[in-house]
Amino acid sequence: MKKISIDPVTRLEGHGRIEIFLDDEGEVANAYFIVPELRGFEQFCIGRAAEDMPNITNRICGICPEAHHIASTKALDALYRVEPPPAARKIRELLYSAFFVADHTTHFYALGGPDLIVGPDAPPAERNLLGVLRKIGSEKGKEVIECRRRNHHVIQTIGGRAIHPCSGLPGGWSKPVTEEERREIETAAERNVAFALYSLDLFSRILQGDTAFRESVFSDTYLHRTYYMGTVDDEDRVNFYDGMLRIVDPDGREFARFHPRDYRQHIAEHVESWTYLKFPYLKKVGWKGFADGSESGVYCATPLSRLNAAEGMATPYAQEAFEYFFETFGSRKVDGRYRPVHNRLATHWARLIELLYAAERMLELSRDPEITDPHIRTIPREKPSEGVGSVEAPRGTLLHHYRTDERGVLTRVNLIVGTTHNHAPIALSIKKAAQTLIRKKSIIEEGLLNRIEMAFRLYDPCFACATHSLPGTMPLSVIIRDAQGTVLREMAQYLR
Amino acid sequence: MADKPKFAMYWAAACGGCDIALLGINEKILDFAEAFEPVFWPCVMDGKKSDIEGLADGALALTFFNGAIRTEEDEAMARLLRKKSAVFVAFGSCAVEGCMPGLSNLSSADDHLITVYLDNPSTTVTDPAVVPRLSTRVAEGELRLPGLYDTVRSVRQTVDIDYMIPGCPPEAHQLEAVMELFMGTSGLPEKGAVLGAGTRALCEECPRIRSWTGREQRRLRFRRLYEIIPDSTRCLIDQGIVCMGPATRGGCTALCPGANMPCIGCYGAPAGVADQGAAMLSALASITDAGSAGQPEEAMQREVEAAFEPIVDPVGTFYKFSLAHALLNRARPASPVTDEAADRKGKGRA
Ligand code: SF4
Ligand code: SF4
Repeated sequence: MKKISIDPVTRLEGHGRIEIFLDDEGEVANAYFIVPELRGFEQFCIGRAAEDMPNITNRICGICPEAHHIASTKALDALYRVEPPPAARKIRELLYSAFFVADHTTHFYALGGPDLIVGPDAPPAERNLLGVLRKIGSEKGKEVIECRRRNHHVIQTIGGRAIHPCSGLPGGWSKPVTEEERREIETAAERNVAFALYSLDLFSRILQGDTAFRESVFSDTYLHRTYYMGTVDDEDRVNFYDGMLRIVDPDGREFARFHPRDYRQHIAEHVESWTYLKFPYLKKVGWKGFADGSESGVYCATPLSRLNAAEGMATPYAQEAFEYFFETFGSRKVDGRYRPVHNRLATHWARLIELLYAAERMLELSRDPEITDPHIRTIPREKPSEGVGSVEAPRGTLLHHYRTDERGVLTRVNLIVGTTHNHAPIALSIKKAAQTLIRKKSIIEEGLLNRIEMAFRLYDPCFACATHSLPGTMPLSVIIRDAQGTVLREMAQYLR
Repeated sequence: MADKPKFAMYWAAACGGCDIALLGINEKILDFAEAFEPVFWPCVMDGKKSDIEGLADGALALTFFNGAIRTEEDEAMARLLRKKSAVFVAFGSCAVEGCMPGLSNLSSADDHLITVYLDNPSTTVTDPAVVPRLSTRVAEGELRLPGLYDTVRSVRQTVDIDYMIPGCPPEAHQLEAVMELFMGTSGLPEKGAVLGAGTRALCEECPRIRSWTGREQRRLRFRRLYEIIPDSTRCLIDQGIVCMGPATRGGCTALCPGANMPCIGCYGAPAGVADQGAAMLSALASITDAGSAGQPEEAMQREVEAAFEPIVDPVGTFYKFSLAHALLNRARPASPVTDEAADRKGKGRA
């Protein structure tokens, strides 16, 4: 086998990297997923004024600044022990719903979608947004762009700016919604519902029409039986803005239900010296290495996890889609609730069900008479000390935890973001993909990068968020070594 | 196909917001894609560094570089793209003046490692050997990690740039104008120019009514942002809220004051101002009453201190976006925790 010699230190700076080691038989001995950067918000936020945090932490990520902004604002509510007036709370959730619509749309059509709509085996030059637009037709293509545009406009209207919105304050929101704005938002929400229904319909047509795709969705290729986490409302339905964190075990039994402020009793982070990104796990089960099953503390926090951890959806169309989803997978009901779906590729489908829920929720809120109430601030009176804020970000639960001195100057900041929760599951999926494609020294090179990318993308990982460092895409290299450590193959490609 | 001028956009230590901002110009981006051929743009298309390496020097007609310089890779990409580009633009606050990553310069790389892995609420690590390090032996072989730079720099501090576009991120209406400029035939401005922004302070375009300029000094007490509900028509500084408007370049149409929030300075200093934070401090000092003539020195001191007391984090308030370019800059790095860390620091400084 041909040897390729590389200098790993200089060549791989700043790249995400997968190192695959083969054993003497040429089978995969292990695969390591290495994240080589750290930007360090947790460090440089120390010493900052707490009220600046929503506008500092939104710069963690230009893809989901809204998630950081809102989680941070909620952490400030907790820190100053203030309850925002109902209108402020609803305005935040309204902005958040518009954001979810925009983000899930982007992922489905521009990032994950190319594999599904254009097909996993299409040439790389076709597997992008342009390829998708060609396939679904320019009319629908325009709608995708229009959907992003109108929701970013809503975000700017409510949050002051389209990227890095600025209106979050402890105890409220800086700017009310006028009646004129409300009407415009309502129209946008109506279109969002129609667009979400179209997207789900498109997905089920692909699922019915494309045998290869159907097989991969239902196959074991990316199947992992893990714990699942998601935020639920008081009736245990999916909620993005607020609620309790619920964890179910691989059989769907409730394992834990807790307020986000108690996260440290349930979640701990494992550290490996070969990567900058940490590995959260369930404290009560323990870190048992990279393994799935109920004996391992590895859990997942994705759109699929949120559905698995909940009893249902809080809006009518989304509830229908939720039931249809679990029925299609033949999930039996236990204690009146569907058992988890473990097929990771189903995450794409779950994402669309969430898209529909976000659109319906946005419509509800835009029609809520209270949304235009100008009373949007409660002035904090308490001395700050500690606060946790949490939301469901598109990629998983987002936790902001602050401690301050009594002037509200930060002394400690801890952030656990969506992608980080899924770090161990992503590593599991990568290893499994590698094992299917590397057998007895034969490496299916074409398929390999593709499958590894698919394993990645279904989690919609965001490494800007995770390392608070890398941009939303990253150059990824895959290195395969034999049992002697010799490099057999090195492949690189930008991941989106 | 006739040869279109080639375009590249790259992100170093960035959040992705700058790329999203450029895509956010909607229909205009299609005109731009007609006029230019994007050859390298990781956010949008596949592309390899080797493709860029293979180009002749100056072969890229236009490059937008966003993000700060944090790693060797960031720096190498900035140098490579500079060399290959006829016009090289520092795009966005991170590239122009360091932005949030620049706040890292308040602590050392080791401080970061300690905070994230050792002294952290959700990790259970007590052994410094588990902290990420340059080389780790695992059962199957060796795994390596790059070191972290101790100091974050802007792109402008790293390579020779032709233009800069400020903003975090730059606003869409400004970007449309910039793209028109590059697509047009009327020639480009002088090297070093700031594009997509005004020259004067943001206050000039803010519709709020100001009373502090031109008046004699008066007693002003600052307030924490959450302490009051500001009137939406009067200048925020008049109401005791620190708004960076006087020391920030205009061009965004005063979006944050428009949302009843203060400007936090993302467009950097106005033309002719070297240090944004120092400019802001002197603007505030000039309008804060330092007592009346004949008052004892100490009493005056106390009054000034009382007025400024609510500004609990002057560095983060005045230099949120421009610390990498502040005249007074570096914090002294802490002593290394481990030999690896020492190694890493040595490497970081290289
Ligand atoms: S300038 Fe702002 S929007 Fe652009 S990369 Fe930096 S943090 Fe993100
Ligand atoms: S200080 Fe701020 S609020 Fe006042 S005029 Fe300037 S930009 Fe507007």
